[in-house]
Amino acid sequence: MAFDATKTPEFKIVGTRPNRPDGIDKVTGKAKFGADVTAPGMLHAVIIRSPHAHAKIVKIDTSKAEGMKGVKAIVTRADFATGLEGEEWNILENVMAGDTALYDGHAVAAIAATSALAARDAAKAVVVDYEILPHVTDVDKAMASDAPVIRADVADGSVPEGLHPNVARYHESGHGDVDAGFAAADLVVEDSFRTEATHQGYIEPHACLAQLGNDGKGEVWCCTQGHFNVAKVCAALLGTETSQIRVTASEIGGGFGGKTAVFIEPVALALAKKSNRPVKLVMTRSECFRATGPTSSTSIDVKIGMTKAGKITAASGVFRLQGGAFPGAPMEFTAMCAFAPYALENVKQIGYDVIANRPKQAAYRAPGSPMAAFAVESVIDELCNKLGLDPIEVRLMNASKEGTKASFGPKWDRIGLVETLEAARDHPHYAAPLKPGQGRGVSCGFWFNHGGETAVSLAMSEDGTAALSVGTPDIGGSRASMCMMAAEELGIAYDDVRTTIADTATLGYNEISHGSRVTYATGLATIEAARDTIRKLCKRAAAKWGIDEDAVSWIDGCAVPSGPNAGDFEPLPLKALTKNMGATGGPIVGHYEATPEGAGVSFATHIVDAEVDQETGSTKVVRYTVVQDAGKAIHPTYVEGQFQGGAAQGIGWALNEEYIYGEDGRLQNAGFLDYRIPVASDLPMIDTVIVEVPNPGHPYGVRGVGETSICPPLAAIANAVSNAVGVRLTELPMSPPRILEALEPK
Amino acid sequence: MIHVTTTVNGDEVEFVCDPRETMLDVLRDRLGLTGAKEGCGTGDCGSCTVTVDGRPICSCLMLGVEAEGRDIGTVEGIATDEDLHPLQKKFIEYAALQCGICTPGILVATKSLLEKNPNPTETEVRYWLAGNLCRCTGYDKIIRAVMDTAADMREAS
Repeated sequence: MAFDATKTPEFKIVGTRPNRPDGIDKVTGKAKFGADVTAPGMLHAVIIRSPHAHAKIVKIDTSKAEGMKGVKAIVTRADFATGLEGEEWNILENVMAGDTALYDGHAVAAIAATSALAARDAAKAVVVDYEILPHVTDVDKAMASDAPVIRADVADGSVPEGLHPNVARYHESGHGDVDAGFAAADLVVEDSFRTEATHQGYIEPHACLAQLGNDGKGEVWCCTQGHFNVAKVCAALLGTETSQIRVTASEIGGGFGGKTAVFIEPVALALAKKSNRPVKLVMTRSECFRATGPTSSTSIDVKIGMTKAGKITAASGVFRLQGGAFPGAPMEFTAMCAFAPYALENVKQIGYDVIANRPKQAAYRAPGSPMAAFAVESVIDELCNKLGLDPIEVRLMNASKEGTKASFGPKWDRIGLVETLEAARDHPHYAAPLKPGQGRGVSCGFWFNHGGETAVSLAMSEDGTAALSVGTPDIGGSRASMCMMAAEELGIAYDDVRTTIADTATLGYNEISHGSRVTYATGLATIEAARDTIRKLCKRAAAKWGIDEDAVSWIDGCAVPSGPNAGDFEPLPLKALTKNMGATGGPIVGHYEATPEGAGVSFATHIVDAEVDQETGSTKVVRYTVVQDAGKAIHPTYVEGQFQGGAAQGIGWALNEEYIYGEDGRLQNAGFLDYRIPVASDLPMIDTVIVEVPNPGHPYGVRGVGETSICPPLAAIANAVSNAVGVRLTELPMSPPRILEALEPK
Repeated sequence: MIHVTTTVNGDEVEFVCDPRETMLDVLRDRLGLTGAKEGCGTGDCGSCTVTVDGRPICSCLMLGVEAEGRDIGTVEGIATDEDLHPLQKKFIEYAALQCGICTPGILVATKSLLEKNPNPTETEVRYWLAGNLCRCTGYDKIIRAVMDTAADMREAS
């Protein structure tokens, strides 16, 4: 379904800013999130977790707990499926440890009891004998020759000989001759960077309510970005069929990638199966930090050569990502995104996926890309400073555009990087004077965006309103956008469409709400389902008029004859066609099922001013501007919200947030007091500029917007801080102690 | 188990609870008021904010038994029978929520702020809300919604 340029000037609803359909539920406390439901006879569950970073599980003694008041079921790994392979085995091993606890917080057993307090009391009575093993949590140390081997058999065929067994996967890409390119440069800058793991930090902990009766039929209610995936994973881990586990997605209190993974639902189901009672399982905040997906931590080397005029002659990068005790750190994305904004003749990127004794990494908003941008855009800033060049002009000179070859291979389709750079250059922020002690930073960022399996259904009611069922959880207001697109096509009012997130037994498979795919892919499916509905409506009109259905058009919510030759009939409004649909052929339902492949990549340019207190090392972001290509903003207010939210999360990553592990391999800051995400008093207003360069792969030109906004902030803030203090900061977060250390005279 | 008599959103309420249960546990599990959320259980995120005798507190840090004789206000009590509170309307209009999990706590907290200070500066709003974490919005639209609601309410009064 290609972009239709003729359609764009006619939009009546797309591009407006209506109130979201779930707004009242969300401001009155009525909305039901993961932990907000109950079931008759429900039990409460608690998971018992390893306090050790790496330990053999010698024995789990549950005898005392089993006899305690209210305890109904206890499960260990023995209660899950056997014989799993590949990623299913990895997920099972992460959900419930087998022989070995692989990180501090790794689940080893779970208890269900008649109250949460009874479950907690009983959990304390479970005795686990551990034999402590040597551990490693740092990415560089995990690759070193003397590192303890976490699992001997994780490396796949991509890993060259001679590397430590903790290296699970290897990636190499690029083109041209980087050595010749560096030789042609007037200046080459090479530096090393480190970023710590951060957590997605959604305010709603993982929560679910599960039932699995003796008949083998399971029901799960949970907060997830992808309930179809939950059904698939639960079925595999419980050894049953996907169709037997019906999953309903609750309202979701933030995900940002972290709720694409499955952690607790299989455990709740196993307890429900054993007790034959509904089981509610809600994580504590500390469990979220210790046992759900943080990002990878990274160690990165970047080298870039530039001419005096600002032309990049060559670029190379080595990206080492630690992804916890399992393979899967998104190092290919890091490598592929790193130099994506630039049209380079000579470029090479190498990635390492390294395992360590930490929780299994999960996606976080453009997984892998922000760290790459931090390193690459810092080196470009350093080159600009040393050569006395304007950072936006240099980026414009080297910018990727339609037809240039991407650093990871393909030729770019229509993209909007140049437009974001020009809008940033022309923004008043870029020309505003700085105060003493302040520095300005600029950075570009890139994310692929994604399509994925999508199925929707659009059922017309007799009164002419429409019920749209989609299978992608609404993680930030997407129901509003779906209502808008359906109403736009049908020619009815926004309020006449109701969008529901259907359960897994109701629609075909829908991939997770990830990859910034929902407004693109579910939106495209909604438009197609509406057009399918319109074809059926036109057919009814044709039958009524006794003309060929091809001779009927749909204009402004009415069936009309396509031209004078079709006949002279009064337009038939939608309501007239749906009113008696039972008698004219039955229910009118449009649907669409596909895997859209035309996701449009997106680029952003951010400008930030930061002020550093050189006495305390504290940094304040004083002004922030996000410029990003949205392709087409369906609901501009929610697009701005995505831009602002990504920037704020990036500010946290850049300045405060980090996983801190002790020598004992235990996480030392598993709470919001010590893992400090930005609070209202930390931030300025965040200005936004929506650039619209249409995605050729979507009928309205939509690109995803959710993820690209977190790609530039790490680098933009590092550049602002470095420019404020006159020293290059190469390690995140730039917390006060790190800034003070960097300012110490060498 | 302890018997407690209290007032919630203007209605007299009785409940029994374990002395270890928090006010948040009682509201959610015993009184069916799930508007207040548990984001952390340690008083760091503010999503469980309710008022006790008019003062905003983290209900995860208060024991249920401490409600005896008090006057508790939750997000469920903000709208009147006829209409939403101006803050609720403005939050929807400005998209001051994305996922909405922090919204109940932020609404309870900001309603208290505007009762105490009808004309807050941006800085005052930001510091008042510094104990209410929002991970989605970057706070921009929340702060604007609060400031503009305050202006509207001043004009209307």
